[in-house]
Amino acid sequence: MTKPLLPPSAKALDHFPVSSCSKGGGAVPCLSAKDITALSKAREGRWRPGLSDQPLHSEIFAGERDASGAGVALALARDALRVAGRVAGEGHDPLAEAEDRRQVLWVQDKRAVQRSGRPYLHGLPDELRHRLIHVEAATPEDALFALEEGLRCRDLACVIGEIVGNPRALDFTASRRLSLTAEQHGVALWLVRLEAQADLSSARMRWRVEAAPSEADRWNADAPGAPAWKVELFRARSHAPGQWKLSDEDRQLRAWRPGVAPNTHTPTYTGPKPANTPDIGHLVRPTVGRSLAAVARA
Amino acid sequence: MAIWCARLSVDRWRLSQELKLGEGADAEPTALITETAHGPRIDAINDAARLAGAQVSMMLADARTLCPQIQTAPADPAGDLALLEKLAVWAQRWGPWSALDPPDGLLVDTTAAAHLFGGEQRLLADVTAAFAKRKIAVRAAIAPTAGAAWALSHFGPSDSQPAIINGHDATMRALTDLPVAALRLDSDVLTVLRRLGLKRLGDLADITSGAVNRSEAAARDALHRRFRNRKSPSANPLVRLDQLLGRVPEPLLPVVAPDMPLVQRRLMEPLRHRALLDQVLSDLAEDMARSLEARGEGARRLELGLWRVDGEVIVRRLELAAATRDPAHITRLFAEKLEGIDAGFGIETVRLRASWVESLSHRQGDVEAAAERHGTSLSACIDRLTVRLGSQAVRRPVLGASHLPERAQNWQPALEQEPVSQNGFAFHQRPLKLLDKPERIAVLYASPDGYPQRFRWRGNVHDVVRVEGPERIAPEWWRQRSTARLRDYYQIEDEHGRRYWIYRHGVAGDGRGGAPDWFLQGLCA
Repeated sequence: MTKPLLPPSAKALDHFPVSSCSKGGGAVPCLSAKDITALSKAREGRWRPGLSDQPLHSEIFAGERDASGAGVALALARDALRVAGRVAGEGHDPLAEAEDRRQVLWVQDKRAVQRSGRPYLHGLPDELRHRLIHVEAATPEDALFALEEGLRCRDLACVIGEIVGNPRALDFTASRRLSLTAEQHGVALWLVRLEAQADLSSARMRWRVEAAPSEADRWNADAPGAPAWKVELFRARSHAPGQWKLSDEDRQLRAWRPGVAPNTHTPTYTGPKPANTPDIGHLVRPTVGRSLAAVARA
Repeated sequence: MAIWCARLSVDRWRLSQELKLGEGADAEPTALITETAHGPRIDAINDAARLAGAQVSMMLADARTLCPQIQTAPADPAGDLALLEKLAVWAQRWGPWSALDPPDGLLVDTTAAAHLFGGEQRLLADVTAAFAKRKIAVRAAIAPTAGAAWALSHFGPSDSQPAIINGHDATMRALTDLPVAALRLDSDVLTVLRRLGLKRLGDLADITSGAVNRSEAAARDALHRRFRNRKSPSANPLVRLDQLLGRVPEPLLPVVAPDMPLVQRRLMEPLRHRALLDQVLSDLAEDMARSLEARGEGARRLELGLWRVDGEVIVRRLELAAATRDPAHITRLFAEKLEGIDAGFGIETVRLRASWVESLSHRQGDVEAAAERHGTSLSACIDRLTVRLGSQAVRRPVLGASHLPERAQNWQPALEQEPVSQNGFAFHQRPLKLLDKPERIAVLYASPDGYPQRFRWRGNVHDVVRVEGPERIAPEWWRQRSTARLRDYYQIEDEHGRRYWIYRHGVAGDGRGGAPDWFLQGLCA
């Protein structure tokens, strides 16, 4: 936490030219028509990593022949947890626990276990390695029960689910139950739908994910590098749909639009950003500390 | 001490009519009747009817022939019994416990209690006076055993001398002239004894106590044989006699008055407004809930008494469909009953009483509600999952002490302490997900370096674009057989960017099998 942080009052509305809003007072701002148009325009802003108000129920559609769905779910979950940790760190509570020790619940139904395997401890990200509770449900109904119970639990950091296909139990009502439970208790859910049709659902964000060729490894040009995915946000409540290439490396989620090569300048601010700030382009990870060559170039 | 309410039914009928003895309707011959299959039968009669010639257990038609002007009223045995129960509880003023002696008697244990009333004489006088005040005719007697007291109260000498027996030795002397009916026997046994010529208690006692000559011994044996199979005391005069003399214990069932949960508030200032009364009522309801909870009961009927300053009492009664002790529920129901109460100069005492309670087991009431509001704890969540899905379904991966990938991770119950273990090596790339069983892949084209360029897995063909490896993992020779083959692991990426973890099982020419097979074990993120 050495990076400069925004003051605690840096909330979404503060970034807009709302003349009558008193900063930090918590008063309800009076919005003029101009402000409202600015807000609604900003609300159409594109999704990017590090947004502070992530929706609590997302669905990720992926194939079962690779682990891209689980990888994206984990990447998004880690991103959200990092943001939440930074926001909590702004509370200036010196006694607060520095490390998040809450457990992560990973629910799979039996077919998901058979088709795409179980999570493997040694392949998990470091910070989740000892915080994972795995639930293997025999049926999709049991999996949904486990998901809902997990969302009710205040001691969980987040819940990740994997369900194969479009079981009858997972209809709109079930997804609405999940959404409401998640929003009532504030526990986030990433539900990976393996080989599923995108039917009716109340998920706040719906992604379609497939694997993408990884970047070249730093040391071995022939080796697969850090995992990358092609993601498409095709339904979201507060964001415009779009396509990105995602990669989760060095504890930071990166996203860039296809066709635009990721530039390598260091972003000025990597702290949490409110959702409604306009899209400022392409966020890349800082090159700081990567190699001696990078240091020399800087 | 035995108390015999000699004319309980009639006394109760008269009291219910608010008549005095021998006045009004009581001056006319009256019989309390029960409808039977053969017509109405007389259960009890008053003095006038007795003088007119009617008798108890006579048919009403027969009584009418003797006394045409006889009046009737329905008998109420259940009401009599209820009155008797109340009297039994009330009679505990003379002793620590009392028992019912239906249909019209009471037994009170006055052992070591008589001196509190100034001796047994005064105790009996007190009993007579107390019952006279209630206008119930009684005969009371004190004896060392319940049977002797009963006999003395029912069949003892008239009221001129006090019916008291002091000491066991005096029992037989005092009772020897009483009829055998004083033994509380069934009517058929009484018939048998009358036919045998045993009319007084003394006759029976002489035979059973000591044989003087041979014929008496034979008579005693015959009597023993006659009642050998009668186990019930009321059918066996010998057992009754022993009970009367205190040689055999006679268990009695004491009456225990249920104490009703009662809470009350005496108010410093008389209440004149409804809002304050509601507040008091809710306080009372919570007190009542606590006291009911302590007893493990729930209220079926609640009575709310409001004492006004001018002495008026307002009572509101509430009956509940099921036993409850929910204070909010009680308050809500009573709130409707409190409409239109005239507080007068103010209400100074409010009392809530649960006059009918039923046992209501303790419940964890608001766990679910609390979970709705605050979420469940982790252990509660794990418990729920485990109960529904089984303990094998909710587990946590922990490090295993092995370098074989599938053995490097163990599964253990979710909330158990993680075993101490050395951390895994950080320089190996491992897949995010591992298949339960490595799946064989068909290598269509292998590169000269030894890894597959094109393979088929689950029916689809993958072209390998990038590869890293091999990472050789030797078998665990200390626990596997000597023919176990080593594995060469490769991390590959196909043309679509899918990343897998595959291995070659064995090396060609290692002498542990034929050509090595290829397996896919893990799916990388």
